[in-house]
Formats: sequence, structure tokens, C-alpha cells
Amino acid sequence: MNDTVSWAGLAVSLLLVAAAAGISWWQRLGLQRQILVAAVRALVQLLLVGAALTLVISPGRSIWWSWLWVAAMLGYAATVARRRAPEVPHLLTLALASFTAAAVVILGVLFGLHVFPLTGRTLVPIAGMMVGNSMTATVLAGRRLTDELRDKRDEVEARLALGQPSRQAATPYMRAALRAALTPQIETTKATGLVFLPGAMTGLILAGAAPLQAVLVQTVVMFLVLAATATTTTVIALGLIRRLFTPDHRLVYLPTPADH
Amino acid sequence: MAFEFKQVSVRRVNRLVLDEVSARIPAAGITVVAGPSGAGKTTLLRLCNRLDIPDAGRVWYRGQPLDELDPLALRRRVGMVFQRPTPFPGSVADNLAVAHPDAGAEEMTAALTRVALDPGLLGQDARTLSGGELQRMCLARTLVTRPETLLLDEPTSALDAQPKQVFEATARDLAVQGITIIWVTHDSAQADRVADRIYQLCDGHLTAAAGEARP
Repeated sequence: MNDTVSWAGLAVSLLLVAAAAGISWWQRLGLQRQILVAAVRALVQLLLVGAALTLVISPGRSIWWSWLWVAAMLGYAATVARRRAPEVPHLLTLALASFTAAAVVILGVLFGLHVFPLTGRTLVPIAGMMVGNSMTATVLAGRRLTDELRDKRDEVEARLALGQPSRQAATPYMRAALRAALTPQIETTKATGLVFLPGAMTGLILAGAAPLQAVLVQTVVMFLVLAATATTTTVIALGLIRRLFTPDHRLVYLPTPADH
Repeated sequence: MAFEFKQVSVRRVNRLVLDEVSARIPAAGITVVAGPSGAGKTTLLRLCNRLDIPDAGRVWYRGQPLDELDPLALRRRVGMVFQRPTPFPGSVADNLAVAHPDAGAEEMTAALTRVALDPGLLGQDARTLSGGELQRMCLARTLVTRPETLLLDEPTSALDAQPKQVFEATARDLAVQGITIIWVTHDSAQADRVADRIYQLCDGHLTAAAGEARP
């Protein structure tokens, strides 16, 4: 392809980083150092990932290397979720379970029904999109549900005291948490193409793909993100309810975030 | 006996809330558990419908160990009204339906009448009721599960004199109708007004019943 970026082109694009740092210097924001560090860090990280990806998905390489990459990605994503919301109990195992469940659904549909051919070249980026784009919603759902059950403990226990099983007593709060976590993704999906051009599509067009082909790929990616968000948030919410109530339908003690 | 506590202890974050409490609460009339704030009264009440469980000892309900009873069935037999009213979103009827989804208009009207509330309030948003009305709605909500025992956790602590009086009269009527009531309060005047018998809970110990067995 003639439209690829050369090393020289990359070097020239550093002018844009210089522009951002220049604005910071001009307006005395004191962010020059942070901008430079962020840019260099992103560059190094992407080069490393690129090198690793070249190894993993190069032609002739066993697809098991790609599956290993996906597994590592799921595990790392779970630790990131745990770090972002330490006040949510058991988030590490729950996030791992939810990302795995989403992987089963999404990879099952996309590869099982031959939307994409199953190769390292398709598997790794699709799993990456799935995890990366559902991370925020997953953390939000876990945090919101924990907050709801802690802040509305009186109401929840009033429901339990009326003889409702814990799952039923928690349902209104679970729905609120899932709605809050899913709505931003639905809004983003609605605005796609009108307000902004999404990353995958932009990347494909820049790399020389036909716009229609780029649109088809992007649409599939949007749908997979929607499904991933819905799956991960629901698994997190259902899993949390199992952990936050005892088998004899009592709500466990939930510390406030300040206690962490 | 409604409840029998045998050597019951409850520990909360390095503090002994109840310390080997033993007591028998008869299945009749109003039993008041009095005592200062923080004495463990609410914990004692929450043990009765298994919102809490003891760290040591055992509680019996009408001759059966509580831990061997189905907690959901138990909670419908042993209703509870909390210190702060806890309205659910929606109308008064919606609130009663949470407790008993199949309750018809007739049953809901009867429940409101039992707690001296105007049945015309059924369609009203629960959160627009006054404090006294709200607490009696919570009582009515508990009554539609047809409990044989009621646990009242300082239900009038946020109410003025007049609504407090109405609540006390309502509770006395329910006791006369055969519902066993265990009423936790730190208000000794109220304890004297409503109790058939009074237990004093102090420093984690349930001390000798004061004013035992008023007729």
C-alpha cells in the first residue's frame, strides 16, 4: 500500500506533539513534561506491542500463540478493573469471569458463524476491541451496584424483611446499575458516523481500504462492543449479587470507599 | 414462647454487641426491649428475623431453632418495621404489592384501615406521605404478609407526639388482635405506655425484666 506511514513520517508527526507542548508552555500550563512523557510512552508501548504482534500473528505461526495472547489480555484487563475500583469486592475474579463470558459469546458468533476467518490476524484485534471497549462499562456497573446496595441498605433490607429472596431484593438496584453502565455505549453507537468517525474505520481508510469495506468492519466492531458491554456488565452484576448476599439471604457488610 | 435466646453473643469489629444473652420472650402482647442507644437492641431484633446471625449461642422461634427454618418463610411470619421509614419507589399500592404481589384492592384497603390510614391514599406516591403516615404505611406493608409476630425497631423515634400516639394505639390494636409484638425503644415513657412486659438491655446483657407481666 502506498498510504502507509514511513519512519520519516512518524518523526514529522512528532511536530504535533511539539505543538501540544508549545501550547502548554505558551499558556503556562506546566504540562510540557507530561505531554512528552505520554507521547514517548505511547510510542514505545505501541512499538513493543507491534513487535510482539508481528511475532504472534505472522504467517505460519500456530494460532495457539494468538489464543495465549487473548488469555493474557483477559487476565491483565481483570487486574486493571480491580485496580480501578478497589471498593468493589471480588472484582478480580468477577471481571475475569465477565470478560471470559463476553469472549465466548463474541468470538463464538464472529468466528463460529464465519463473519471473520479465524486467524491470529483477526482473533487478537477483535479480542482487544472487546476487552478495551467494555472495560469502562464493566467497572462502572460493578461500582454502581456496590454503591447502590451500600447506600440503600435500609431499603434492600426492608425488601429482605418482607420475605423477598436476595436476587429479587437486589433487582431494582441491579437494573439501575446496568442502565447507567450501558447507556453511554448505546449513545455512542447512535452517534457513530454523525458525530465522529470511529477508530477502526478511520484506520482502515487511512491504510487504503475501500470506504464500504471499512464501514462493514466498523459496524461489526460496534455491534461486538455493544454485545461485549451488555455481557460483561450483566455477568459482573449477577456475580456481585451472589457475593454480596449470603446463601441465607442476608446483605453482607459493605465498607465505604473511604475505608480502602 | 415466641423467642428464646440461649447464650447468644454477637461481635462487631472487635466489640461485643451482645454478650451471652439468654432470655425468653412470650408469644403474647407487647414485649418492650428498652435500653440506651448502642446497647445492642437493634441487633437483638435483627437476630429474630435472621437479618443478622449470632456469632455464638442459638435462637429458637416457637420451639424451633431459627437456623433450621427457611429464612424467607420465617421473615413472612416475623415482620419488621425499621427505625427510618423505607418507602419503595411508586404509589402506596405499589409498596404493598412488593410485600404481596397478588394482594387485591380489598386486601390493601383492609391493611391501610388496620393501621388507621385512609384507603384513599392507595394511589398516592408513597414519598409524598408525612412521616407518621409513611411509618404506618410500612407497618401496613408488613401486615399484608400476614405475620404472626412483629418486630418494631424504634418506629416512632422520628415522629411528633400526635403521630406517635396514633402509631402506639395502632400497635396496641394489633396486639389485641393476636399479633405478638417485640418493640425496641430507648424512650422509657413509651415503654411504660405500650408494654405488657419490659426487658432492659444494657452493656450487651439483657438484665432482669422490669415491670414484668403487666396484666
